[in-house]
Amino acid sequence: MMNSTAADPPPTAVSVRDLRVRRGGRDVLRGIGFDVPRGSVVGLLGPSGCGKTTLIRAIVGVQIVRGGTVTVLGRPAGHPELRRLVGYATQNPAVYTDITVTENLRYFASVLGAPRGDVRRVIDEVGLGRHRDQVAATLSGGQLSRLSLAVALLGRPELLVLDEPTVGLDPLLRQELWELFGELAAGGTTLLVSSHVMDEAARCRRLLLMREGAILADDAPDALRARTGADDLEEVFLRLISQHVEAAS
Amino acid sequence: MSVGVTLATTRRILSQLRHDHRTVGLIVGVPSLLMILLRYVLDQPGMFDRVGPMLLGVFPLIIMFVVTSVGTLRERSGGTLERLMTMPLGKLDLLLGYALAFGLVSLLQVGVVLALSLTWLDLDLAGPVGVLVAAAVLCALLGVALGLLASAFARTEFQAVQLMPAFVLPQALLCGLFVPRDQMAGWLEAISAVLPLSYAVEAMQQVTQESGVTGTLLADIAVIAGCTLLALGLGAATLRRRTP
Ligand SMILES: Nc1ncnc2c1ncn2[C@@H]1O[C@H](COP(=O)(O)OP(=O)(O)OP(=O)(O)O)[C@@H](O)[C@H]1O
Ligand SMILES: [Mg+2]
Repeated sequence: MMNSTAADPPPTAVSVRDLRVRRGGRDVLRGIGFDVPRGSVVGLLGPSGCGKTTLIRAIVGVQIVRGGTVTVLGRPAGHPELRRLVGYATQNPAVYTDITVTENLRYFASVLGAPRGDVRRVIDEVGLGRHRDQVAATLSGGQLSRLSLAVALLGRPELLVLDEPTVGLDPLLRQELWELFGELAAGGTTLLVSSHVMDEAARCRRLLLMREGAILADDAPDALRARTGADDLEEVFLRLISQHVEAAS
Repeated sequence: MSVGVTLATTRRILSQLRHDHRTVGLIVGVPSLLMILLRYVLDQPGMFDRVGPMLLGVFPLIIMFVVTSVGTLRERSGGTLERLMTMPLGKLDLLLGYALAFGLVSLLQVGVVLALSLTWLDLDLAGPVGVLVAAAVLCALLGVALGLLASAFARTEFQAVQLMPAFVLPQALLCGLFVPRDQMAGWLEAISAVLPLSYAVEAMQQVTQESGVTGTLLADIAVIAGCTLLALGLGAATLRRRTP
């Protein structure tokens, strides 16, 4: 039944069922399940250490998992065909700091088999035009993380998985990047973006709120506001946690 | 595996080196300096003719071991390896890319040290220079392959640097550089017979002392090449797309 073609893509980009991951002797993900619809921006939010990076690593297929299934664009996570279709930006900028911005992008573009013009395009998209010949080690923190984001944009992947791409950026740049994410989604790209910052959450079509390796809520921002009766998403999150704790006790 | 990705990886590693003049200077300068020191410490032409060429095989091996093990460890700890593992890059593309890049660097290294030895230091060679260069570059590639393999056993740069003495010094002691292998205790000779550096040194001896290409030399070269391929294969097996 999985005879999906390019003309008829499955409606969900990522589908996770009962995902369990153990790291360092602790259960870091405890049976997580959710769907990411195609062509949308989904925010992954939750306190530090709740398992966002672990979940993202499972989706891009580099995390050893204990159980459950992760299906990405109709194939099991880590499938060789996905290596050209999924763009991934790690939480810490993963680029070669001893070569220039352009040299980094040229290398990753060759690995991906992306067209040559892509290097210039992604440099412009993340606003690093004036720094294209600068050695990555001399970039500022925010510039370095934008370079890492630019690598993920190479080859126009169908799914972009971005682990805290806006950390350390000023409000103006954050705004620009979120506009870029919106444009990409409008063009059919699916984005899963993790973040600490709740005001960014409002820009997502759906939110996954995580806590201690479990999903607390999986809904549209407005629906979450309505459900908790809070306006501010920070407040929404706090109320959801206390509801959760009450339900558990 | 893809030739394009392998060559792109080689190009990337070479541009990393191009931005790092000091490392290139050390790769070429240190063995040159040691060779000059050796020539004047020994101060007997016959002695230098015996030991000099052996070092021409040992230096590239040691230096390439250190450079590659630290280089690949940086890929692991810097997250670029994790990123590459989500991309259409074969494990062998990465390893061969490293081997090719550092093979080229070792060609430069061996060329400079050999030119210095043959002119200023009056090294006397019985065999063809080309074979000596080829054997020395092969030793460098063995160093690259062992370094790639060793980096899988190191978590930090400190550990990687410590692995050099662990991997290389026992081989250097047993390879016949200090004491000819047939004069060692039986069990030491037996150990030295399974260590690749012994064959590197023997190959170098053959090139210096015999005028033609001998059967022993060919056998030595086959052993070194075999060990290199084995280490690359094991290195590929230790690279995992999924990690804990
Ligand atoms: N390599 C590892 N070995 C053992 N435990 C780990 C490892 N990496 C992460 N952990 C643990 O797994 C849990 C989840 O980590 P993860 O990195 O997924 O959190 P996170 O939600 O991304 O946090 P942050 O917002 O701070 O990035 C944490 O408790 C962390 O200590
Ligand atoms: Mg994280």
